[in-house]
Amino acid sequence: MKRLKLAVLGLVLATSGFANGAEFGKVEAAKSSISFSYKQMGVNMDGRFKKFTADIKFDPAKANAASATLDVDLNSIDVGSPDGNSEVGGKLWFNTKLFPTAKFTSTSVKPLGGDKYDVLGKLTIKGKTQDIVAPTTIKIQGNTAQFDGLFTLKRNDFAIGEGIWSDTSAVANEVPVKFHIITTSSK
Amino acid sequence: MTAQYTATAKLLHWIMAIALIALLALGFYMHDLPFSPMKLKLYSWHKWAGVCLFLLVFVRLAWRIKHRPPALPEHMRPLERMVAHGGHHMLYLLMIVIPLSGWLMSSAKGFQTVLFGVLPLPDLLEKHEALGELLQQLHMGLNLFFAAVVIGHIAAALKHHFVNKDDVLMRMLPAKFR
Repeated sequence: MKRLKLAVLGLVLATSGFANGAEFGKVEAAKSSISFSYKQMGVNMDGRFKKFTADIKFDPAKANAASATLDVDLNSIDVGSPDGNSEVGGKLWFNTKLFPTAKFTSTSVKPLGGDKYDVLGKLTIKGKTQDIVAPTTIKIQGNTAQFDGLFTLKRNDFAIGEGIWSDTSAVANEVPVKFHIITTSSK
Repeated sequence: MTAQYTATAKLLHWIMAIALIALLALGFYMHDLPFSPMKLKLYSWHKWAGVCLFLLVFVRLAWRIKHRPPALPEHMRPLERMVAHGGHHMLYLLMIVIPLSGWLMSSAKGFQTVLFGVLPLPDLLEKHEALGELLQQLHMGLNLFFAAVVIGHIAAALKHHFVNKDDVLMRMLPAKFR
């Protein structure tokens, strides 16, 4: 009887070990969003990307081994105005014909205490790569993980809006990008 | 010397006349432009000037209430007087309603007005594309009507001066132009 109890205990511990090793990798695209804001002539405008895919590996027990790659479909952009949307895929802006996707690949994740992390990685847009740090909050509830973060990129670093559009008095250089990604554990 | 408009009334009249004609011209020119940073700038300058002129109308109205203009010339018959008063009332009404229509349109199109790029004005409406298009037509239509009333106003002033040979035009001219 004692051996049986021990075996059952061992099995429970082993499987709970498995549950703790769950990777919250299944992205719920419908509940997730990548949005941004920008200023034109001092006027705040909101935009977003409607289509993206993400590959996330996050194990709360081994947070600094986490990784994330995101591929954003730049053709799915909405800058908040019809004029803007007609313009933004063009050569002077994202040049989506040649560069239809923006890619983020994480290089490291630093836990900061509590549910706060710094996600470091490389962002590639329009053939140019920049290092970014995205302060991120990661909240786990049951088998759902919620990743919320904000980082600011400079559009001129990626030649987004070049030539006549590089004038930052018309469209500001700083573009805050906000992400809200929900994933579930597949286990 | 015949009764004159006050110096303040004259100043407000001519500043607004020049500014409004300039804004009418700018509006008709800018809305057909291809999208560019210059177009964004022209739209902003048009809106900032519009806000300033909107505020100035109320200053002007307040002044007019406290300082009644000189009476219309004796030779004018009742129907003529009605047309004159009607025309002026219409100008004041348009000077208030047109910038309002612009503000409403901008709100409905999702472009907040930020005065001089630093002072945000509240949006009067939620973003709504179809309503924005409608208000754009309204703003355009009101401005075409305004242009017609202004032309009528100028024509009437010239008629008084050259045909009636009365002092209607003179009493709005600054001293050095009389």
